[in-house]
Amino acid sequence: MKYISDYRDADLTQGLLQELRDCITQPWVVMEICGGQTHAFVRYGIDQLLPKHLTLVHGPGCPVCVTSLELIDKAIAIAAREDVIFTSYGDMLRVPGTERDLFSVRADGGDVRVVYSPLDAVRIAQKHPDREVVFFAIGFETTAPANAMSVVQAKALGLENFSLLVSQVRVPPAMHAILGSEESRVQGFLTAGHVCSVMGYWEYPPIAERYGVPMSVTGFEPLDLVQGLLDVVQMLEAGDVAVHNSYSRAVTFEGNQLAQKLLANTYETCDRAWRGIGVIADSGWRLNPAFEFFDAEKRFDVGDIQSKESEVCIAGEILQGLKIPTQCPAFGSLCTPEHPLGATMVSSEGACAAYYRYRRSPSSE
Amino acid sequence: MSADSIKMEGSVCPVPLQHEQKIVVGHGSGGRMTARLIAQRFLPAFDNEALAKGDDAGVVELAEAGRIAVSTDAHIVVPLFFPGGDIGSLAVCGTVNDLAMVGAQPRWLTASFILEEGLAMTSLEAVIASMQAAAREAGVTIIAGDTKVAEHGKVDGMFISTAGVGWVPPGRCISGAGAQPGDVVLLSGTLGDHGIAVLAARGDLEFEVELESDIAPLNSMVEAILAAASGVHVLRDPTRGGLATTLNEIAFQSGVTIRLKENELPLRPAVSAACEMLGFDPLYVANEGKLTAIVAPEDAEQALAAMQHSPYGSDACVIGQVEEGPAQVVMETVIGGTRIVDVLAGEMLPRIC
Amino acid sequence: MCLGIPGKVLETYQQDGLLMGKVDFGGAVRESCLAYTPDIEVGEYVIVHVGFAISTLSEKEAQETLEALRSVYLLEEELGPEEAG
Repeated sequence: MKYISDYRDADLTQGLLQELRDCITQPWVVMEICGGQTHAFVRYGIDQLLPKHLTLVHGPGCPVCVTSLELIDKAIAIAAREDVIFTSYGDMLRVPGTERDLFSVRADGGDVRVVYSPLDAVRIAQKHPDREVVFFAIGFETTAPANAMSVVQAKALGLENFSLLVSQVRVPPAMHAILGSEESRVQGFLTAGHVCSVMGYWEYPPIAERYGVPMSVTGFEPLDLVQGLLDVVQMLEAGDVAVHNSYSRAVTFEGNQLAQKLLANTYETCDRAWRGIGVIADSGWRLNPAFEFFDAEKRFDVGDIQSKESEVCIAGEILQGLKIPTQCPAFGSLCTPEHPLGATMVSSEGACAAYYRYRRSPSSE
Repeated sequence: MSADSIKMEGSVCPVPLQHEQKIVVGHGSGGRMTARLIAQRFLPAFDNEALAKGDDAGVVELAEAGRIAVSTDAHIVVPLFFPGGDIGSLAVCGTVNDLAMVGAQPRWLTASFILEEGLAMTSLEAVIASMQAAAREAGVTIIAGDTKVAEHGKVDGMFISTAGVGWVPPGRCISGAGAQPGDVVLLSGTLGDHGIAVLAARGDLEFEVELESDIAPLNSMVEAILAAASGVHVLRDPTRGGLATTLNEIAFQSGVTIRLKENELPLRPAVSAACEMLGFDPLYVANEGKLTAIVAPEDAEQALAAMQHSPYGSDACVIGQVEEGPAQVVMETVIGGTRIVDVLAGEMLPRIC
Repeated sequence: MCLGIPGKVLETYQQDGLLMGKVDFGGAVRESCLAYTPDIEVGEYVIVHVGFAISTLSEKEAQETLEALRSVYLLEEELGPEEAG
């Protein structure tokens, strides 16, 4: 595919990596905050080709990983109901709740269906007017327009049997929380390219200014990732603080204004609990009053849920970039993809799963 | 087991209607309807003496002395029919290939059917015809079988279970434990065709590809490879779990590291595109007409040529090598990095991240 | 949040009040919602995430970026190792 293979060019990528090695003169810590980028760094083996001075840490950019335990338990409770067809993106099926996951709800006879697009869930609601169809609307700003369109469509089509279980999270408040934390050692940022395709990158210059952290809007192919890193390191070396766009083929400063408008008409900001981190103010979106009828949390009685995390899991520290997976005592032993203790090991973009799948041990090549 | 000739029908007659359009529970009862089903549908297609005798087991003569190989498999696929094949050809070729991978010459198969009440007779006929065509191509005969009918909804149309028996010529010793450092890893063709073709045909994810399943019997390719090269250490067909899972099994059985080159992996654009879209890794997608051969380096050229000149092997290529090291599979990525290729954990699901 | 890939728009149509299109991802074709890229034309490229085009792909920017990178970072290749910086 034309716009994929060009950005996987080995010679060009290696050329940029060489430049990165040549230009770096002191240690820097750079964070990326997108599960897709975490996955790509490790899957292409780029993280091992980086100069020793550069420490790449992974932020809480995996919407699957950060969806709160309470919400997962609510999803499971709703999915187990006989009158419900529970629809979800594939990523969520194996995430452990307090007792079990959505996969085991399906094994017990629950009607849990994987959909590729939220519009597929709307179609299921049209096809089954006698059943309640719930869609698990997780995601960052990238997925928000799609999720929001499903409920806008449902309303337009008069589908009363459709509802959303919303777990939308926003990147800028998370960046404030991370960069504003006393323990933060993050000096540079790669911003999530597709979040910026939707939102633009007008939200970032004030954040970069406030914390003195240069940023580069970065894509997902090997060339994009190294280009973004090189850009940030060049700024760090020069002492510049700015926000650059290293993904200009898919991102503009203003972003997709049509999408932003629909989001403003469908959602309103709210506080949200990030699994492993805690509540971050204004970091989420929920359905606004015009769409209250379609809110699954209001439609189904799932108030009385007791959630409990594993005591061993350090996903929170990993999601904040304070530790990397190989520093977790349970990594690869008590906690593996087959029996995960936390979401970061389940989701294929979770840092722990990515490290396990592509790296396995701290001492491997 | 002669065909029943009574044709009386109607509410006064105790003999059931001659159900010709759909499978009903009576077809599995073991009585007259079962007999008629076997006589009219199965016997003419799987035309051989052992089966036609109608005894509880098929008896055949093994002319050569030596070892026999036995394999067994159950086949479940939705939908039953898809571009490039169906559950019937899948069942026959899958069994033939299991035998071929240990160096056996496949001879006889059994086929046990669990049919769903309500299955269209034309579907059963089509599957039987497909099995006979595959069996003929592979040079095997189906000498024993069974038919049961399950209630509507308990089975997805039909399930087929097979066993295969083959003869292993003396001196052949092909096993997953045979890979040695220095060996060359060969692959007979493009990855992921079957898995993606079936997924597209299933329709849930609603995408279209111009792609057919690669279901094929590989026993003649195996014979060609073994005739051309003496140092063939491992043969395996990467079915469920894909090439990654298969190579990991071999790495563990042999206690070696297998190093792949991502650039060398043959992929059809349709498979590549579908995998990108869904977030799948083609290394984990099922194949049903491909094999990987691990051969001594001095034999690699001949083995590869034999594969390329076989039916179904025109895209055969070298994809890696075997090294000393921990039991694992590693891969040099397209940009020159390295990563570990793990076994498949659970089911592959489309992802958003 | 990120699995978005470029695809070429083959055709567009209305369905249930939404602008939809058939998008080709290089050999796999899927229906995608184009409501967020209403000015897209057949033959142009979009980035698709969960069945929705979230942005157009600027071929101009794509080309310019590649050219710029190639001119700087492939120079060493052409010069050869003895002449590289």
